[in-house]
Amino acid sequence: MTQMADNAAKPGPGRTEGLMRRLGFSGRTAVIAVPYLWLLLFFLIPFVFVLKIAFAEPRLAMPPYTALLVWADGIWPLVQTTWRNFLFLFDDRLYVVAYLNSVRVAGVSTLICLLIGYPMAYGIARAGTAWRTGLLMLIILPFWTSFLIRVYAWIGILKQNGLINNALMGMGLIDEPLPLIHNDFSLYVGIVYSYLPFMILPLYANLTKLDGALLEAAADLGARPFKAFLTVTLPLSIPGIVAGSMLVFIPAMGEFVIPALLAGPDNLMIGRVLWDEFFSNRDWPVASAVAIALLVLLVVPIVIFQRYQSREVDAS
Amino acid sequence: MSSDTAEPYIRIENVTKTFGGFVAIEDVSLTIERGELFSLLGGSGCGKTTLLRMLAGFEMPTSGRILIDGIDVAGIPPYQRPVNMMFQSYALFPHMTVESNIGFGLRQEGIAKAEIKERVNAMLDLVQLGRFGGRKPHQLSGGQRQRVALARALIKQPKLLLLDEPLAALDKKLREQTQFELVNIQERVGITFIVVTHDQSEAMTLSSRMAVMNEGRIVQVGTPSEVYEYPGSRFVADFIGSVNLIEGRVLRIEGDNAVIEAEAAGGELLAECGSGLAAGEPVAIAVRPEKLSIGKDAPPGDENALRGVIEEIAYQGDISIYQVRLPSGTIMRVTAPNRERSARRSLTWEDEVYLSWRPDASVLLTS
Repeated sequence: MTQMADNAAKPGPGRTEGLMRRLGFSGRTAVIAVPYLWLLLFFLIPFVFVLKIAFAEPRLAMPPYTALLVWADGIWPLVQTTWRNFLFLFDDRLYVVAYLNSVRVAGVSTLICLLIGYPMAYGIARAGTAWRTGLLMLIILPFWTSFLIRVYAWIGILKQNGLINNALMGMGLIDEPLPLIHNDFSLYVGIVYSYLPFMILPLYANLTKLDGALLEAAADLGARPFKAFLTVTLPLSIPGIVAGSMLVFIPAMGEFVIPALLAGPDNLMIGRVLWDEFFSNRDWPVASAVAIALLVLLVVPIVIFQRYQSREVDAS
Repeated sequence: MSSDTAEPYIRIENVTKTFGGFVAIEDVSLTIERGELFSLLGGSGCGKTTLLRMLAGFEMPTSGRILIDGIDVAGIPPYQRPVNMMFQSYALFPHMTVESNIGFGLRQEGIAKAEIKERVNAMLDLVQLGRFGGRKPHQLSGGQRQRVALARALIKQPKLLLLDEPLAALDKKLREQTQFELVNIQERVGITFIVVTHDQSEAMTLSSRMAVMNEGRIVQVGTPSEVYEYPGSRFVADFIGSVNLIEGRVLRIEGDNAVIEAEAAGGELLAECGSGLAAGEPVAIAVRPEKLSIGKDAPPGDENALRGVIEEIAYQGDISIYQVRLPSGTIMRVTAPNRERSARRSLTWEDEVYLSWRPDASVLLTS
């Protein structure tokens, strides 16, 4: 701060620069302003629109919902809102079922990602420095191809006359194709495959920071390797587990593409309900209410995530 | 427990350790007795930590044997050795309280909770941390953490406690205080300690015996005063404390003393010597700065005496360090206590002085 004050006192900066500073513009505020402006423009304002629509009534017009403010006779506009759309979410069991199903699918996917991702992250963190870069590269490499193409590729692998079924039948191991696609199995394959890197990377970042001396201390005090893992490595990696789980759980909750391409017809996730409400049913207010409800549902895990993040920042 | 007095408690036999092509420890043999506080002293990269890690079981010797209480420990993993270590970084578990850190070792042995609690409390008292049992390591000061690490390593009552630079992370004042505490605790618990340190004054204060290491080898073993007063080589003389080395050549032996022709001194000097020294042999006279007398009057005739000019005086309060230039250009270092207040001290820059010492105040070095 003193340095900035010194700079300000020095002669040199032009008159406009001085003015800018007096108005509160400086290099620092400019840098901080950019992300805030971005969030304001592309997140907060659209969110306000959605919020507004969620409280409107549907109508057959363009746009297909009633206005928030009605200019009646008086000077002040009339605010017209309704809770009907939110109440409707509880009236029709479809929505509750879809929400619960989404929670279940996201939860199970997160658990599978954790069970697969933890050993992988642990292995990479423990690998020699020569190997580590290559192994991390393999985790990140799939991002170089479009997400959509990769999910489509799974259709080719899993379908009736796809790679796996053809191979198994060719070897004579099975007589008729296994039902690998358009069921829960293919849905979990798709989600776990797509989100596994989001579990591995934060876990790796956490595990690689673990001080090797702690494990030596545990061994020195009589803990066998597995006991040392349970009592030292695992508790210290909880922030990584929480971060990875949130990064998988939150997007998996609202996932639309993977269920649409890989899930069975009876598997109803909230993302698909949202899509149908918007595009098939053209009921924008209800669709918006679904979106707001999803957001509120996700705020809880996000808050947990934030708390762990800040706790870890404090600790280090 | 071995009651055999002939067998030392810790025996390191011809141990060599190489990492790839690098020789970290070369043919080290060492014996340590029960209840000793033994220091391994050396500069960084001398292999002292590697030796410690081999005792703990984190590294395996490339060749040679290590016996603890008569048992060859090769192939015994760290978690089964009767040895505990206090790490340089302390390696306290950050997610555990002080109590569970200290009790960790006991929990691995399936000891009853009540007994663990009792022994943890006894340890907390021993290291004077009674009130801090419920804190996490990051809520403690450096000195407190150091004591937690010590308590955690002591609680299993190991046959051997290894301490890797136990005081390096503390500031100077606390370090001096803690040195004495450490010695007190060691005497009370009676466990054999091996301390690795690069700080010679720490090694001398702490240990009953010490080994000086250089480039993977042990160059001298002895009590602190033996190593200080009778260094066996130029390296040890120079590494432990400071020393004036006067290079010369043996002229003849006169009784207990050797007559040395030293060019730097511009004449002949007397130095006490052992047997086995032959005329013509190149030697160095090592004499500590505090063994030299400095004064304006000529010393009695039976002492070595050199004339020189005071070039520098470093006033340190309790003592002053004088740098005296001999006519040959050699600089001699002399320390003298400041018994009188500075105004009354007679020596000043550019004064002509005599440096003198008795022949038995120096050591003759051949290597």
